[in-house]
Amino acid sequence: MVVFNAGRSPFDRFLDLSRLSELQGIEEDATHVSFGALTTFRDMEDCPAVHRHLPNLVKSARATGALAIQNRGTLGGNIANASPAADTPPSLLAYGAELELVSSRGRRRVAYEGFHRGYKQMDLAPDELVARILVPKPQGLGFHFFRKVGTRQAQAISKVCLAAYARIEAGVVAEFRVGLGSVAPVPARARHAEAIIQGAALRALPVEAACTELLKDISPIDDIRSTAQYRARVAQNVLRQMLGELAAV
Amino acid sequence: MIGNSAIRKEGRAKVLGRSRYTDDKTFRCVLHGATVRSDVPHGILKAIRFGEGIPWKEFTIVTAQDIPGENIVAAIVPDQPFLVPVGGEIHHAEEPVLLLAHPDKYLLEKARRAISLDVEELPATLDVASSDRVFKEINILHGDVDSIWAQAAHVVEADYRTEAQEHLYIEPNGMLAIVAHGDHQDQVTVCGSLQCPYYVHKALVHLFNLPGDKVRIIQMDTGGAFGGKEDYPSLIAGHAALLAWKAGKPVKLIYDREEDMAATTKRHPSRTHVKAAFDANGLLLGLDVDFTLDAGAYATLSSVVLSRGAIHAGGVYRCPNTRIHARAMATNTPPSGAFRGFGAPQSLFALERHMDVCAAKLGLDPAELRRRNFLKLGDTTATGQLLKEDVDLAGLMDRTLADIGYTEKRKLFAAANETDTPIKRGVGFSVFMHGCGFTGSGESYLASVAGVEGLADGRVAVLAASTEIGQGKDTVFSQIAAQALKIPMDMVEVAQPDTKVVPDSGPTVASRSTMVVGHLVEDAAYAFKQALIQQGFLTEPYAPEVFREAVKRSHARLGSMKCYAQYHNPPHIVWDDKTYQGDAYPTFSWACYAAEVAVDTVTYEVKVEDFVANQEVGRVINPVLAAGQIEGGVAQGIGWALWENVEWKHGRMANNQMTNYIIPTSMDLPRIRVGFLENPHPAGPSGAKGLGELPMDGPAPATLNALQNALGPLRLDEVPMTPERLMDRMEVARG
Ligand SMILES: Cc1cc2nc3c(=O)[nH]c(=O)nc-3n(C[C@H](O)[C@H](O)[C@H](O)COP(=O)(O)OP(=O)(O)OC[C@H]3O[C@@H](n4cnc5c(N)ncnc54)[C@H](O)[C@@H]3O)c2cc1C
Repeated sequence: MVVFNAGRSPFDRFLDLSRLSELQGIEEDATHVSFGALTTFRDMEDCPAVHRHLPNLVKSARATGALAIQNRGTLGGNIANASPAADTPPSLLAYGAELELVSSRGRRRVAYEGFHRGYKQMDLAPDELVARILVPKPQGLGFHFFRKVGTRQAQAISKVCLAAYARIEAGVVAEFRVGLGSVAPVPARARHAEAIIQGAALRALPVEAACTELLKDISPIDDIRSTAQYRARVAQNVLRQMLGELAAV
Repeated sequence: MIGNSAIRKEGRAKVLGRSRYTDDKTFRCVLHGATVRSDVPHGILKAIRFGEGIPWKEFTIVTAQDIPGENIVAAIVPDQPFLVPVGGEIHHAEEPVLLLAHPDKYLLEKARRAISLDVEELPATLDVASSDRVFKEINILHGDVDSIWAQAAHVVEADYRTEAQEHLYIEPNGMLAIVAHGDHQDQVTVCGSLQCPYYVHKALVHLFNLPGDKVRIIQMDTGGAFGGKEDYPSLIAGHAALLAWKAGKPVKLIYDREEDMAATTKRHPSRTHVKAAFDANGLLLGLDVDFTLDAGAYATLSSVVLSRGAIHAGGVYRCPNTRIHARAMATNTPPSGAFRGFGAPQSLFALERHMDVCAAKLGLDPAELRRRNFLKLGDTTATGQLLKEDVDLAGLMDRTLADIGYTEKRKLFAAANETDTPIKRGVGFSVFMHGCGFTGSGESYLASVAGVEGLADGRVAVLAASTEIGQGKDTVFSQIAAQALKIPMDMVEVAQPDTKVVPDSGPTVASRSTMVVGHLVEDAAYAFKQALIQQGFLTEPYAPEVFREAVKRSHARLGSMKCYAQYHNPPHIVWDDKTYQGDAYPTFSWACYAAEVAVDTVTYEVKVEDFVANQEVGRVINPVLAAGQIEGGVAQGIGWALWENVEWKHGRMANNQMTNYIIPTSMDLPRIRVGFLENPHPAGPSGAKGLGELPMDGPAPATLNALQNALGPLRLDEVPMTPERLMDRMEVARG
């Protein structure tokens, strides 16, 4: 829309999805919360099941644009817009989300991690739509963390965004995923940092080792919003803050 | 009337959406205009090429060749062309080269992109440090500064810099032009979003080589300006008028946000070196300031911006030996221009930061060092201006420090910052002044005129070219006239600035509208009343209804009666442009601002958590409007201090969108606590002084001084101190 208004869009024909009821609605079953691609940020903010099970997604939605954007923008659009700075993808990565894609050839279900293949490149055929976003419900004792760093407190595009989910079992980190925005060409999982923390005791988290490993997970750049150096350092700092809070659970 | 918070005259129309901005005015046959710009910062324009697939015959096309008069924007130094001719030199990357008009906006945009320029590129000077072209140089000398370095107990020197700032008025620039072709001479009319109708008028008189009465400039409702609609509108009005003149149809030339941010003026970036000497008691012995502004590609208003910056460079301190060397340098970037504060925020940032740096070196509290050196009644400033008002800067400072809780908070935060909390807090402040009205001989040179006219229905109209740009000028002029005439405000109308109707009351700049023009309005109102009395229509005392009947009768008998007042320099104000000595301003407004900040050391983000803005601005005419000016200026000042960063790429602004040029939202600002101390001054109506620019001067140094307090010794020498820059400084300090 912004690109179109600025006269820089190469396209002048559009498909309106807004009335496709198959793409609407938030559903909850025993194992998943699933979102139609047309779910708005506002819908997520208003849904008790999302608050209860996926609080990071509520925070992502609240941190997105202005109220007007939250009322109109959709989760499917946020994903398929494929911006590395988008604010819901880090939370979706941290929760291990999956996507359901549809075309006239049928449906397929893919892990969200791996969906973004390169800057603005997706595992999405030209005739495919994102139909639903399926997020497994965290089980057991969970720790949720989300922090967006924009330059201002509202209406900012992320310079660093970090979402994390950890499942804690008997004082040990049994499951751990970190999603990051704005620090790589695509929304990124922090696989290396996660590996350091996975299985560690809360009392003795190898925080500094994880922060060092994080640099292998990211490839930030200098652009008009920030610098590579800032993004890397702040991603490490936010990870350190998050692990500090995790250790205090 | 004066001293009351009368509600804004134009407020109702604005709230109800009834105001008419330039783009709201339209005609069926109107054409849309577009500007083709050079895209290299320096070069020779060799040829203009028109691409394929565009019906060029349908377009009105204007190049430098079409210009009927002078292809130069009338200004202090006439050096800027309206359009670069083929064979001419391109001085910056947003320079207008060709104009297009067409009824279809979308086709117009396609056509604009289909034009390409052949340019022989030349090496560009993009950094002011490597420029050797001087637009203006000023030396202010007082005492002999070189004689005191050896005898001083402390000499402290440092460098400071400030970056460009975009005005981001809510309404982008725009003009609508209509040209009537006459038998002998054309009549050019331009309506638009602008600050200074008579600047535009003068520019168009030269552009079309027409007598003054054949050019008419009308200010439409204007959505903010802040100095950004002071000189550039002359260019846009000229462009719109050239297209309308060639097309024989009205032409609208409205910039969108991206074009406005990239092409129009910004605050001058500055570099300042300050060297200060103190005796063993912390008394200032000498001050040596080297102040450089990046003027961009053309001279525009830079000489006067430099002048204000230089005069304010010595701040509010008594100093027997001062040298201020100031230069405005040319670079191949779009010309810098006027922006609230006009050079003073830049030099005051350097000095007020430096005072805190010196205090640390001398082992004194910043308040104590300042207290020992404040100017007082009977002292002279760097330009040798004798202070004839009883300024109590220590009182102003003490009150501000008490309001923010300076002493307690410094103790409290020092202890808390010692712990491992990621949030570090600090408090800091600045003390400063702002000269009211034009600098030096500016006001006597302008010799502004304002008037009051009786209307048929018994009300009066204020006649002035001063523009309402959101600051409340219409309301304040009405209050002043109503007070002088002893009538209610709704019996006063303020005429729309239209050069056919209103006299030249000068530009709406320099915090001069209330103090200088308001005073003329007051004089004209008294003269009007006197005239009614002398002609036998009115006797004092009278009730408002009696006044209304008197005006009606005078109108019926004599037609519209107008009384004018003109500015005359008071004989006690003396200024010498050659030596830069004398009374730089009729008077100054004085202020002390204090900020409390919290730094998140995880993200290097700074939040201003509390802000106190106390000032002495003479008599306050409308407290709500005055407080609004202060709050807005403080918001703009905090934005400049922390976030508003113009990203330059090959001499162009790369982040020319509101998404990426970060101004604060209400979430980013604290409640701003505004206080006025009133000390009426004879220079203004009922004792009012200027206040519009003042609030821009103090927030940046106060905020960075607070940062210094929160974080300890760090190189905090630059604004905006973005999180990225703060991180760099903290990492360097950590080693
Ligand atoms: C002022 C502003 C501020 C913003 N701030 C933020 C912010 O802070 N954080 C953030 O994350 N985002 C932000 N955005 C971006 C915005 O959130 C996303 O662009 C939005 O989610 C898009 O939703 P939409 O439904 O409008 O998608 P559209 O804009 O309609 O579509 C976006 C892209 O996705 C494709 N698409 C949409 N739906 C589907 C589908 N179901 N299947 C396949 N392809 C699809 C479209 O073809 C298009 O290419 C901001 C945008 C604006 C204009």
